[in-house]
Amino acid sequence: MNLKTEKKNDIIVINVKEERLDAHNSGELKNEMQKLFEEGNKNILVDLKDVRFIDSSGLGALVSGFKNAISHQGNLKLSSLQPQVKSMFELTRLHRVFEISASTSEALDNY
Amino acid sequence: MDKKEIELDIKVPNQTRYLSLIGRIGEDIAKELDKYAGDRETLAYHINLVLTEAMVNAIKYANTEDPDKLVHILINISDDELVIKVFDKGQGFDINSIPPPNFEKLEDRGRGIFLIRSLMDSVCYRKVRNGNMLEMSKKLH
Repeated sequence: MNLKTEKKNDIIVINVKEERLDAHNSGELKNEMQKLFEEGNKNILVDLKDVRFIDSSGLGALVSGFKNAISHQGNLKLSSLQPQVKSMFELTRLHRVFEISASTSEALDNY
Repeated sequence: MDKKEIELDIKVPNQTRYLSLIGRIGEDIAKELDKYAGDRETLAYHINLVLTEAMVNAIKYANTEDPDKLVHILINISDDELVIKVFDKGQGFDINSIPPPNFEKLEDRGRGIFLIRSLMDSVCYRKVRNGNMLEMSKKLH
Protein backbone atom coordinates (compact mmCIF):
# COMPACT_ATOMS: atom_id res chain seq x y z
CA MET A 1 0.00 0.00 0.00
CA ASN A 2 1.25 3.44 -0.88
CA LEU A 3 1.17 5.71 2.19
CA LYS A 4 3.04 9.01 2.21
CA THR A 5 3.62 10.21 5.75
CA GLU A 6 4.86 13.69 6.62
CA LYS A 7 5.13 15.72 9.81
CA LYS A 8 3.60 19.21 9.93
CA ASN A 9 4.36 20.85 13.29
CA ASP A 10 3.21 18.21 15.78
CA ILE A 11 0.74 16.57 13.40
CA ILE A 12 1.51 13.45 11.36
CA VAL A 13 -0.25 13.57 8.00
CA ILE A 14 -0.82 10.20 6.33
CA ASN A 15 -1.63 10.64 2.64
CA VAL A 16 -3.32 7.50 1.37
CA LYS A 17 -2.05 7.33 -2.21
CA GLU A 18 -4.46 4.61 -3.32
CA GLU A 19 -7.63 4.67 -5.39
CA ARG A 20 -9.23 2.02 -3.18
CA LEU A 21 -9.16 1.59 0.60
CA ASP A 22 -10.59 -1.90 0.99
CA ALA A 23 -10.19 -5.32 2.59
CA HIS A 24 -7.06 -5.90 0.53
CA ASN A 25 -5.00 -2.96 1.79
CA SER A 26 -6.70 -1.33 4.79
CA GLY A 27 -4.84 -3.57 7.29
CA GLU A 28 -1.63 -1.73 6.40
CA LEU A 29 -3.14 1.66 7.17
CA LYS A 30 -4.47 0.29 10.45
CA ASN A 31 -1.01 -1.01 11.42
CA GLU A 32 0.67 2.26 10.41
CA MET A 33 -1.66 4.33 12.62
CA GLN A 34 -1.16 1.91 15.51
CA LYS A 35 2.64 2.12 15.15
CA LEU A 36 2.59 5.93 15.06
CA PHE A 37 0.49 6.16 18.24
CA GLU A 38 2.67 3.57 20.00
CA GLU A 39 5.75 5.61 19.10
CA GLY A 40 4.29 8.50 21.09
CA ASN A 41 2.73 10.61 18.34
CA LYS A 42 -0.49 12.24 19.52
CA ASN A 43 -2.07 13.80 16.46
CA ILE A 44 -2.70 12.06 13.17
CA LEU A 45 -4.48 13.39 10.10
CA VAL A 46 -5.47 10.86 7.43
CA ASP A 47 -5.87 12.56 4.06
CA LEU A 48 -8.10 10.63 1.64
CA LYS A 49 -7.83 12.93 -1.40
CA ASP A 50 -6.80 10.11 -3.76
CA VAL A 51 -9.25 7.54 -2.38
CA ARG A 52 -12.17 7.09 -4.74
CA PHE A 53 -13.57 3.96 -3.09
CA ILE A 54 -13.88 2.77 0.51
CA ASP A 55 -15.51 -0.44 1.79
CA SER A 56 -16.52 -1.61 5.28
CA SER A 57 -12.95 -2.84 5.96
CA GLY A 58 -11.54 0.59 5.07
CA LEU A 59 -14.06 2.25 7.39
CA GLY A 60 -13.19 -0.33 10.05
CA ALA A 61 -9.47 0.44 9.79
CA LEU A 62 -10.18 4.14 10.42
CA VAL A 63 -12.45 3.27 13.37
CA SER A 64 -9.62 1.16 14.76
CA GLY A 65 -7.26 4.15 14.39
CA PHE A 66 -9.78 6.39 16.12
CA LYS A 67 -10.01 4.01 19.10
CA ASN A 68 -6.21 3.80 19.19
CA ALA A 69 -6.06 7.59 19.33
CA ILE A 70 -8.42 7.63 22.32
CA SER A 71 -6.44 4.99 24.19
CA HIS A 72 -3.24 7.01 23.65
CA GLN A 73 -4.88 10.34 24.59
CA GLY A 74 -4.40 11.46 20.99
CA ASN A 75 -6.47 12.54 18.02
CA LEU A 76 -7.29 11.08 14.64
CA LYS A 77 -8.89 13.38 12.10
CA LEU A 78 -9.72 13.04 8.38
CA SER A 79 -9.53 15.35 5.39
CA SER A 80 -10.31 15.62 1.67
CA LEU A 81 -13.08 13.01 1.32
CA GLN A 82 -14.45 12.52 -2.18
CA PRO A 83 -18.29 12.76 -2.33
CA GLN A 84 -18.94 9.02 -2.73
CA VAL A 85 -16.53 8.19 0.07
CA LYS A 86 -18.19 10.77 2.31
CA SER A 87 -21.59 9.23 1.61
CA MET A 88 -20.32 5.92 3.04
CA PHE A 89 -19.43 7.71 6.30
CA GLU A 90 -22.94 9.15 6.35
CA LEU A 91 -24.62 5.81 5.63
CA THR A 92 -22.75 4.20 8.54
CA ARG A 93 -23.17 7.33 10.75
CA LEU A 94 -19.38 7.58 11.09
CA HIS A 95 -19.48 11.23 9.98
CA ARG A 96 -20.69 11.94 13.53
CA VAL A 97 -17.62 10.23 14.98
CA PHE A 98 -14.80 11.72 12.92
CA GLU A 99 -13.83 15.32 12.55
CA ILE A 100 -13.70 15.72 8.77
CA SER A 101 -12.17 18.72 6.99
CA ALA A 102 -12.58 19.65 3.34
CA SER A 103 -8.83 19.99 2.72
CA THR A 104 -5.48 19.17 4.29
CA SER A 105 -4.71 22.86 4.89
CA GLU A 106 -8.08 23.48 6.56
CA ALA A 107 -7.53 20.43 8.77
CA LEU A 108 -4.05 21.61 9.78
CA ASP A 109 -5.25 25.16 10.50
CA ASN A 110 -8.00 23.90 12.80
CA TYR A 111 -6.32 20.88 14.37
CA MET B 1 -36.08 -8.15 -29.96
CA ASP B 2 -35.63 -5.00 -27.94
CA LYS B 3 -35.01 -6.57 -24.58
CA LYS B 4 -31.35 -6.95 -23.68
CA GLU B 5 -30.00 -9.29 -21.12
CA ILE B 6 -26.40 -9.68 -20.12
CA GLU B 7 -25.01 -12.51 -18.02
CA LEU B 8 -21.49 -12.54 -16.63
CA ASP B 9 -20.11 -15.70 -15.08
CA ILE B 10 -16.87 -15.02 -13.24
CA LYS B 11 -14.54 -17.21 -11.21
CA VAL B 12 -11.57 -15.66 -9.42
CA PRO B 13 -9.12 -17.04 -6.86
CA ASN B 14 -10.18 -16.65 -3.23
CA GLN B 15 -7.86 -13.67 -2.66
CA THR B 16 -8.51 -10.03 -1.80
CA ARG B 17 -6.13 -8.83 -4.53
CA TYR B 18 -8.94 -9.52 -7.03
CA LEU B 19 -11.42 -7.22 -5.31
CA SER B 20 -10.50 -4.24 -7.47
CA LEU B 21 -10.93 -6.28 -10.66
CA ILE B 22 -14.43 -7.38 -9.65
CA GLY B 23 -15.30 -3.88 -8.44
CA ARG B 24 -14.23 -2.42 -11.78
CA ILE B 25 -16.44 -4.88 -13.65
CA GLY B 26 -19.31 -3.73 -11.43
CA GLU B 27 -18.64 -0.08 -12.29
CA ASP B 28 -18.51 -0.85 -15.99
CA ILE B 29 -21.87 -2.63 -15.78
CA ALA B 30 -23.47 0.53 -14.39
CA LYS B 31 -22.25 2.39 -17.46
CA GLU B 32 -23.91 -0.13 -19.79
CA LEU B 33 -27.41 0.40 -18.41
CA ASP B 34 -28.84 2.55 -21.17
CA LYS B 35 -32.23 3.00 -19.61
CA TYR B 36 -31.18 3.73 -16.03
CA ALA B 37 -32.55 7.13 -15.10
CA GLY B 38 -30.85 7.62 -11.73
CA ASP B 39 -27.34 8.86 -10.99
CA ARG B 40 -25.00 6.52 -12.82
CA GLU B 41 -21.87 7.40 -10.84
CA THR B 42 -23.64 6.57 -7.59
CA LEU B 43 -25.00 3.32 -9.01
CA ALA B 44 -21.48 2.41 -10.21
CA TYR B 45 -20.11 2.96 -6.69
CA HIS B 46 -22.91 0.94 -5.13
CA ILE B 47 -22.42 -2.04 -7.44
CA ASN B 48 -18.67 -1.87 -6.86
CA LEU B 49 -19.30 -1.83 -3.11
CA VAL B 50 -21.81 -4.69 -2.88
CA LEU B 51 -19.60 -6.88 -5.08
CA THR B 52 -16.58 -6.03 -2.91
CA GLU B 53 -18.45 -6.72 0.34
CA ALA B 54 -19.97 -9.98 -0.93
CA MET B 55 -16.63 -11.20 -2.22
CA VAL B 56 -14.82 -10.36 1.04
CA ASN B 57 -17.56 -12.21 2.87
CA ALA B 58 -16.98 -15.29 0.73
CA ILE B 59 -13.18 -15.07 0.99
CA LYS B 60 -12.85 -14.49 4.73
CA TYR B 61 -15.82 -16.10 6.36
CA ALA B 62 -16.98 -18.83 4.01
CA ASN B 63 -13.87 -20.03 2.19
CA THR B 64 -11.77 -19.33 5.31
CA GLU B 65 -9.07 -17.51 3.35
CA ASP B 66 -7.96 -20.66 1.49
CA PRO B 67 -6.14 -19.10 -1.54
CA ASP B 68 -6.63 -22.23 -3.64
CA LYS B 69 -10.42 -22.01 -3.55
CA LEU B 70 -12.41 -20.00 -6.07
CA VAL B 71 -15.08 -17.37 -5.64
CA HIS B 72 -17.85 -17.77 -8.19
CA ILE B 73 -19.87 -14.71 -9.13
CA LEU B 74 -22.86 -14.62 -11.47
CA ILE B 75 -24.17 -11.24 -12.59
CA ASN B 76 -27.39 -10.90 -14.53
CA ILE B 77 -28.51 -7.56 -15.92
CA SER B 78 -31.80 -6.93 -17.67
CA ASP B 79 -33.50 -3.64 -18.43
CA ASP B 80 -35.27 -3.53 -15.14
CA GLU B 81 -33.21 -5.56 -12.68
CA LEU B 82 -29.67 -6.32 -11.61
CA VAL B 83 -29.12 -9.68 -9.88
CA ILE B 84 -25.78 -10.67 -8.35
CA LYS B 85 -25.13 -14.15 -6.98
CA VAL B 86 -21.96 -14.96 -5.06
CA PHE B 87 -21.26 -18.65 -4.39
CA ASP B 88 -19.02 -20.06 -1.69
CA LYS B 89 -18.17 -23.57 -0.52
CA GLY B 90 -17.93 -22.85 3.17
CA GLN B 91 -20.01 -23.73 6.22
CA GLY B 92 -22.43 -20.89 5.64
CA PHE B 93 -24.13 -18.69 8.20
CA ASP B 94 -27.56 -17.34 9.05
CA ILE B 95 -27.73 -13.90 7.48
CA ASN B 96 -30.78 -13.04 9.56
CA SER B 97 -28.83 -13.55 12.76
CA ILE B 98 -26.44 -10.72 11.89
CA PRO B 99 -27.61 -7.65 13.77
CA PRO B 100 -27.44 -4.16 12.26
CA PRO B 101 -24.42 -2.22 13.48
CA ASN B 102 -24.77 -0.49 16.83
CA PHE B 103 -24.18 3.12 15.80
CA GLU B 104 -23.45 4.19 19.37
CA LYS B 105 -20.66 1.64 19.75
CA LEU B 106 -17.50 1.90 17.72
CA GLU B 107 -16.78 -1.51 16.29
CA ASP B 108 -14.04 -2.22 13.74
CA ARG B 109 -16.23 -4.77 11.99
CA GLY B 110 -19.83 -5.62 11.20
CA ARG B 111 -20.81 -3.06 8.55
CA GLY B 112 -20.52 -5.22 5.39
CA ILE B 113 -23.92 -6.93 5.40
CA PHE B 114 -25.51 -3.68 6.59
CA LEU B 115 -24.09 -1.86 3.54
CA ILE B 116 -25.31 -4.58 1.17
CA ARG B 117 -28.79 -4.50 2.70
CA SER B 118 -28.86 -0.70 2.55
CA LEU B 119 -27.94 -0.49 -1.12
CA MET B 120 -29.83 -3.46 -2.61
CA ASP B 121 -33.58 -4.11 -2.74
CA SER B 122 -33.44 -7.74 -1.68
CA VAL B 123 -30.73 -9.88 -0.12
CA CYS B 124 -30.75 -13.54 0.86
CA TYR B 125 -28.17 -16.16 1.72
CA ARG B 126 -29.00 -19.82 1.44
CA LYS B 127 -27.69 -23.34 0.93
CA VAL B 128 -27.31 -24.55 -2.63
CA ARG B 129 -25.66 -27.64 -4.10
CA ASN B 130 -21.99 -27.75 -3.00
CA GLY B 131 -22.19 -24.71 -0.75
CA ASN B 132 -24.03 -21.45 -0.29
CA MET B 133 -25.23 -18.52 -2.34
CA LEU B 134 -25.59 -14.86 -1.46
CA GLU B 135 -28.20 -13.37 -3.80
CA MET B 136 -28.65 -9.63 -4.09
CA SER B 137 -30.97 -7.82 -6.44
CA LYS B 138 -31.77 -4.25 -7.30
CA LYS B 139 -34.58 -2.80 -9.37
CA LEU B 140 -33.23 -0.46 -12.00
CA HIS B 141 -36.19 1.88 -12.40
